Amino acid sequence: MSDTVIQIESLSKYYRLGVVSSGTISHDLNRWWARFRGKPDPTLRVDQVEKKNKSGNSGTGNENGYDDFIWALRDINLEVRQGEVLGIIGRNGAGKSTLLKILSRVTAPTTGECRIKGRIASLLEVGTGFHPELTGRENIFLNGAILGMSKYEIRGKFDEIVAFSEVEKYIDTPVKRYSSGMYVRLAFAVAAHLEPEILVVDEVLAVGDAEFQKKCLGKMNDVATQGRTILFVSHNMGAINILCKKGVLLEGGQIAVRGSASEAISKYQTINSGSCDVDLSIVNNRIGNGYARFIKVLTRNQREEICDNFVIGDDLIFDINILCEKKIRFARMSLHIKSSDGIPIYHFHNIDAGFELTDLDGQLWIRITLKKQKIYPGEYHVNLWLGDMSYEYLDYIQNAMKFMVIEGGIVLRRPLDRNAGVVHEIPLWEKL
Amino acid sequence: MPRTDITLKSEPSWDLVIRPKTGWFDLHLSDLWRYRDLTMLFVWRDFVAQYKQTILGPLWYLIQPLFSTVVFTIIFGKVARISTDGIPPFLFYMAGVTCWSYFSECLTRTSGTFITNAGLFGKVYFPRMTVPVSTVISNILKFGIQFLFFIGFLVFFMIKGANVQPNVWMLLMPYLLLLMAGLGLGAGIIVSALTTKYRDLQFLVTFGVQLMMYATPVVYPISVVPEKYKWLALANPMAPIIEAFRYAFLGSGDLDFRCLLYSTVATLALFFVGIILFNRVEKTFMDTV
Repeated sequence: MSDTVIQIESLSKYYRLGVVSSGTISHDLNRWWARFRGKPDPTLRVDQVEKKNKSGNSGTGNENGYDDFIWALRDINLEVRQGEVLGIIGRNGAGKSTLLKILSRVTAPTTGECRIKGRIASLLEVGTGFHPELTGRENIFLNGAILGMSKYEIRGKFDEIVAFSEVEKYIDTPVKRYSSGMYVRLAFAVAAHLEPEILVVDEVLAVGDAEFQKKCLGKMNDVATQGRTILFVSHNMGAINILCKKGVLLEGGQIAVRGSASEAISKYQTINSGSCDVDLSIVNNRIGNGYARFIKVLTRNQREEICDNFVIGDDLIFDINILCEKKIRFARMSLHIKSSDGIPIYHFHNIDAGFELTDLDGQLWIRITLKKQKIYPGEYHVNLWLGDMSYEYLDYIQNAMKFMVIEGGIVLRRPLDRNAGVVHEIPLWEKL
Repeated sequence: MPRTDITLKSEPSWDLVIRPKTGWFDLHLSDLWRYRDLTMLFVWRDFVAQYKQTILGPLWYLIQPLFSTVVFTIIFGKVARISTDGIPPFLFYMAGVTCWSYFSECLTRTSGTFITNAGLFGKVYFPRMTVPVSTVISNILKFGIQFLFFIGFLVFFMIKGANVQPNVWMLLMPYLLLLMAGLGLGAGIIVSALTTKYRDLQFLVTFGVQLMMYATPVVYPISVVPEKYKWLALANPMAPIIEAFRYAFLGSGDLDFRCLLYSTVATLALFFVGIILFNRVEKTFMDTV
């Protein structure tokens, strides 16, 4: 308890969906009047009032309410200790940003409480409040003050900030004349020299060139080693892996995992998005005589978990279910992986592996395993082909499924630029 | 609607507790004081940034009231021949324009606080009140310049022997300024709080302020208003202020303390309603804006 710096207790937040105010002035007046008399909100249905009171497990009130609600966060309980570097991950819409917004006091929770010890500063964006007409020098002061520094503090760190940003020469030029890289560097420099006890950082590292990103990560690492607490939200699993010891995985507004960063990351990769277990029997867009057909395909990782998120170093396993209408004496099969922009990456063929598909009958499962896959992060599509001895098409499905390769994994020692390559090989390096 | 409240130091071991709660009067004004550097930087930003890359720069502060005064002098003085109680029309209109433009600037600029700063407010916390307060202060600077300009003309007309009697009530000036600032700020933040949900008010404000000028004795003295409707004219809390201003510097109009007292009460009421509404809205406006 003594070294807990953030204590979050049954924190929930709901948003109303759709148009907020059109035609609601009479609703609002009604609601105010009811509240004034201490009665429940008349524009909510009874069941919804109950749901609201329970403040949890309601999901969206789509069917019943006059209004649509969505619980961005549901009953979050979390304690963060002093000096902890906590990575917060989750899919889009899992509630990461909402949590940060509440902690940064940009918006308020619906129920629950957060207790914070020490000065908290949040970086949801770099360069907040920069005024294009003002010079770099003037903006340092303005931005610093917005982030909560006093004039005196900023003056003391001014030289450091300028040095870090590498824009000394242009410090008296209006920032609207800056290149976007300079702008971001200056903005991050100001933020990096905040010295709060707790730092809340959203995906701000996604900006700037690789060199600068490295510098930012280094700076964050410095901050972490000084015993300060950092909450870091990112989609960049590589950065989370490097920077954070602990991790939280949010799923649908709730905490799915609270543990080490690698636990959270590996769980994140196995979240079902629905595209990793595809029923192919209902696909119409296919070519072939149909004597044998693909009816199902799914992907697994080395732990045999069905998933569609992989990191470099994971095994990539395809399990393919085939249904034969009649007996096939001899078949050929191939699996074609293409990147989302259509560039062919791999073409796996059973003949290459010396794997024979003979005397097929009824239903059967085929497993194709690519050990320690090395494809760069991105989205990939899979084509499946099945032919007979004379290359006649039995079945061919384009884009039968897709899977993702995401940042992170133990193999990677740096964040990967998605466009820098296709296959991640680690050759032998020697000094001669 | 979720209601929230942020209390500082509510428990001994926590520095900050974020919780949803109804607290109409928890205004955490001490926060505003801690961020005074930011307020002053906003003032300075408004001042510097507004006229960057203009040729005339701060001269615009003088051109605006000068042109308005000239146009009013021609239209209301020469064409419509509205009485100015024997005061040189130019001075008469300039006094009105200077005061009115301060009030209207405060009102219109603060009324957009949430909408125009949504991007900034959505990313970082600082007491939202710093923005409207800084607007009012930077407008005081502007008013100061325009006021000195007015005094210059006043002296010029007096040397020429015009019939004006500045008197000891000039000392009331800081108080009048405070009233105008309070009125503009109070009304402005009420509108700003309501515009987060009802955008219509934004449009209402821009032309409402224009129309209101004609309901205020800016281009006419209160003495030309028929006795029957005088109470209506004086129900406008700006009316006694402008009348008092003209009485103090030009020696015309009437200085009625009951009316000034009424203005003071109205200002305080608007101001407090404004602050309370503003504080309610600032916590969750990001969800509705």
